[in-house]
Amino acid sequence: MSIRLEVWGENALFSRSEFKTERVTYDVMTPSAARGILEAIFWHPGMRWRIDRIHVLNPIRFDSIRRNEIDSVIDIGKIRTMAEGRGDGGAIYTAESIQQRSSTILRDVRYVIDAHFELNRAKMSSTDSAEKFQSMFMRRAAKGQCFHHPYFGTREFPAEFQLWQESGDPVGFEQGHRDLGYMLYDFDYRNPAHPTPLFFRAELDDGVLDVESVEVRS
Amino acid sequence: MTDRKPIENRYDFTILFDVKDGNPNGDPDSGNMPRVDIETGNGLTTDVCIKRKIRDYVQTAMGEQAPWRIYIQNRQTLNRLDGEALKAEHINASLENKDFAKEIKALKKTDPELDRRLRDYMCDQFFDIRTFGAVMTTFVKGNLSCGQVRGPVQLGFARSIDPISVQEISITRIAVTTEADAAEKNNTMGNKFIIPYGLYRMNGYISAKLAQNVTGFCDEDLDVLWQAILNMFEFDRSAARGNMAVRKLYVFKHSSALGDAPSWKLFDGIDVHKRAEVDAPRDFADYEVRVNREAIPESVSLTEMVDHTL
Repeated sequence: MSIRLEVWGENALFSRSEFKTERVTYDVMTPSAARGILEAIFWHPGMRWRIDRIHVLNPIRFDSIRRNEIDSVIDIGKIRTMAEGRGDGGAIYTAESIQQRSSTILRDVRYVIDAHFELNRAKMSSTDSAEKFQSMFMRRAAKGQCFHHPYFGTREFPAEFQLWQESGDPVGFEQGHRDLGYMLYDFDYRNPAHPTPLFFRAELDDGVLDVESVEVRS
Repeated sequence: MTDRKPIENRYDFTILFDVKDGNPNGDPDSGNMPRVDIETGNGLTTDVCIKRKIRDYVQTAMGEQAPWRIYIQNRQTLNRLDGEALKAEHINASLENKDFAKEIKALKKTDPELDRRLRDYMCDQFFDIRTFGAVMTTFVKGNLSCGQVRGPVQLGFARSIDPISVQEISITRIAVTTEADAAEKNNTMGNKFIIPYGLYRMNGYISAKLAQNVTGFCDEDLDVLWQAILNMFEFDRSAARGNMAVRKLYVFKHSSALGDAPSWKLFDGIDVHKRAEVDAPRDFADYEVRVNREAIPESVSLTEMVDHTL
């Protein structure tokens, strides 16, 4: 069973792993970002989303934005002492931990995601079935329901969504072939302590990124 | 703490705010000029800029007590600095434990719930973590990771309704900083950027599911959030900002945790545009806000929040 979801938004940032400090987006949505969007609408431990194709409907255009950010994360050690009643947890002061980082982002994006899911029977209860998962997803997507609002790569770039309405196939923004080089496919979470990134050779044919029959390597 | 039950409904919201003769959000890439979308000429304000103001308001209004503490702080209030100075005079009991990582590892073996409990503790204490989430990984990575806490409240960028015009204002200062300069001149020039007028729209989303499953963001928090949004500019006056004000806050309340309608349909139900006879907008009155209630399903309740009382 497969689903077809149209997603769009003003901006998107699918960070390239090699440019993480000054973030630079991939040209198109990564399969892992697409999976994140589907999971924001519906997910269950007994299923795993597989992305088949990403149709790129709008031309690829970039924008850049620089923001003041902080350079630190919350220190677990300090939380622990605070939870034990000692210390104040050490707030992060924005003036001291300031960092200006730029992001090269996409603008005015619109994609159609073709996907299906695989079952993980070990995590399913007796009343769960593929039909049930499918209809739950379809119902939510049709009504605009979601677990949390989906986003394009980062949360400040919300993704709007609806089930693909047209009868025909989506038409890509260009005809012909475009090589996008190596792109992140997703993470391999089999060892949860050390997720390994997986990559694939991304090729856009007539505006369609086929991820169904690509070779994925770590 | 009183009854702090996580919210049960999904919300979407739209904020309309304006700026008069000020700079709502400077762009560090262009010498602090107001952020502009080069292709359309529309002004931009980032999500993080607005989040900062929400945090600052909550800190000002609610004080420093749990559950209203703020983790990501702007070092601004003199009281806090004074307090810290006092504390520095006394004993600062931070005993560095070299075996900390090892200790945590041992603890985790006996207590697999430690991560979750620390996360819950942080969410209980800090309004901003409960609302926006936080990244809580640290040097003991691998041994202990609360990981990323995603908060229920998500903001997009704010964008001005119409293209903005940016003016550079040159100003002079009668005082001179260095003695060397003072010998040559008796004043210095500076500049600042202003937008004569801009009306901005920002959309936001609140996930009841993340509130319920992760951070415990509750109805009381929601009330504080709305108050913070309505009043966020009232305590953020400065020479650069000019006159900024929240003009409208529209809140869509869905009838369930998952929601009744796509956010974009609800947002499309609020149309904001410049009045036809206005050439160059200079005031909120130059705009017309039309709410098309027919575009909004009956199960979604729309509230226009205007209560600025503190």
